[in-house]
Amino acid sequence: MTARRTPIPLVVYYFALIALLYLPIGILFLFSINSNVTFSFPLKGFSLAWYQQVLHNQPVLDSARNSAVVAVGSSLAATILGIMVSILMMRYQFRGKGLLVALSVLPLIVPYIVLAVALLLLFSAFHIQRSLLTVGIAHTVVALPYTLLIISSRLAGFDASLEEAAMDLGATYPTTLRRIVIPMILPAAVSAWLTAFTVSFDEFALALFLAGTRPTFPVYLFSQLRFANRLPMMIALAVLMMIATLILVFIAERFRSLDL
Amino acid sequence: MFDRRFTFWILFLPPLIWLAAFFLFPLLLMAAFSFRADTHGQLFSGWVLSFIQYANVWSGSGFLRLLGLSTLIALGVSLIVVLLSYPLAYFLAIYARRRLGFYLVLLLVPFWTSYLLRVMAWKFMLGSNGVINSVLLYLRIIQQPLEALLYNRTAVMLTLIYVWIPFAALPILAALQRIDPFIFEAAADLGARPLSQFLRITLPLSLPGVFAAFFMVFIPTVGEYVTPLLVGGSSGSLYGNIIQDFFTKAANWPLGSALSMIMLAVTFVFLLIATRLVKLRELLQ
Repeated sequence: MTARRTPIPLVVYYFALIALLYLPIGILFLFSINSNVTFSFPLKGFSLAWYQQVLHNQPVLDSARNSAVVAVGSSLAATILGIMVSILMMRYQFRGKGLLVALSVLPLIVPYIVLAVALLLLFSAFHIQRSLLTVGIAHTVVALPYTLLIISSRLAGFDASLEEAAMDLGATYPTTLRRIVIPMILPAAVSAWLTAFTVSFDEFALALFLAGTRPTFPVYLFSQLRFANRLPMMIALAVLMMIATLILVFIAERFRSLDL
Repeated sequence: MFDRRFTFWILFLPPLIWLAAFFLFPLLLMAAFSFRADTHGQLFSGWVLSFIQYANVWSGSGFLRLLGLSTLIALGVSLIVVLLSYPLAYFLAIYARRRLGFYLVLLLVPFWTSYLLRVMAWKFMLGSNGVINSVLLYLRIIQQPLEALLYNRTAVMLTLIYVWIPFAALPILAALQRIDPFIFEAAADLGARPLSQFLRITLPLSLPGVFAAFFMVFIPTVGEYVTPLLVGGSSGSLYGNIIQDFFTKAANWPLGSALSMIMLAVTFVFLLIATRLVKLRELLQ
């Protein structure tokens, strides 16, 4: 197999498609460093003014901070719940296990619009004001499948004999979890946390329904789409956040592949 | 073993309560709401079992037609995405070798980019003073900007295909990597030509990944409302958008709930079909 030569059309296809995938994003990026407000060819000139404006625009910064708050909270909750379900899934036998696991994974399959309106109904029925908290609750639900899959696959790679040994040596089960299991799954937990963070940070379909008066960044971005003159600045901020997301994804991948 | 059983409840109750309160119960509430006759009164009071919302959906102005159309569009998008991603995955699995990591990251960076940003990017590509029109005008190929590019279902499909291509390559790549390379040697030794090798060995063995990719694109696409909102306009709206309308502008929550229930049912039917074709675990990886 290694002797086979790479067919040229396949290479051309790969790089052509990659180019097509980057083209729209690249053009958005050009838009954010273009000195003109309206986007038209040929470009007028280069400018970082939009990036400077971002740093002085309070509503934009507020929305970015709101997104960060929601993402930190929901990803922490989703990671803790993911650790709990993973340990139950891999280390316990009990009736209703399949049900719990199915329930944890199903948010991946239920369409976001359905979950969004169902949660909207819930919060209205109990007169709970929509806020960053309601967005965070929704994000925890949709991030749980990711954290569960990442952490449980790490736990599957270790057999339970380490824990049995610890308990034979007199450790209680909570101590065993704290001293053996938690350190063992820590890299996966960090990776799961970062993944959940990026899921929440970027999420729009649920947030549009559940955000109250304080919008998350995607919701704010959406509300600003009508005003053409603010677009370059919004895109500049989106580019900054994209870079932040990419850094997080790379760190998450590092932790996932970490062997300790 | 007392502390092990005690730990069990510590581990078991929080996720159970969380999922029951914020996932299962809201869906049940929505189900109950869809059997409500009107929008008057408090959410809980005056509830009488009624099928009128479902009757409204059945007889209403093209709800089911739109559902059918949205399903067809999602099927079409998934099919095109899988066809376009397969060669990518094949290239990565068979020929990328040591550069696999780099080529894979190159493919996935667009996918890790903000969803809203990527959809917006297509708005700028297709808009009447967008990139394609600007370039065509500048090159004097056209005199007037083309209006037909944006705000229709073709624009929605194009954008969705763009968004999902990198993602769909992953399960196909995983399936191709699981194939034992010795099978190819055996086939070659037995005189199989490259084409028949591909059609009779590689393709059938990679089918689980292909099905997984198909459903991983199909399921989120069928409920999509954000992309049509941005690039579809009023003539490009999908089933998800009418649900959104009934919960926002039109404010008819019982009818919206009935429409959501139907969407949920459709999703589960396709999930059942998917689990027949692939193991659930593969679908989730």
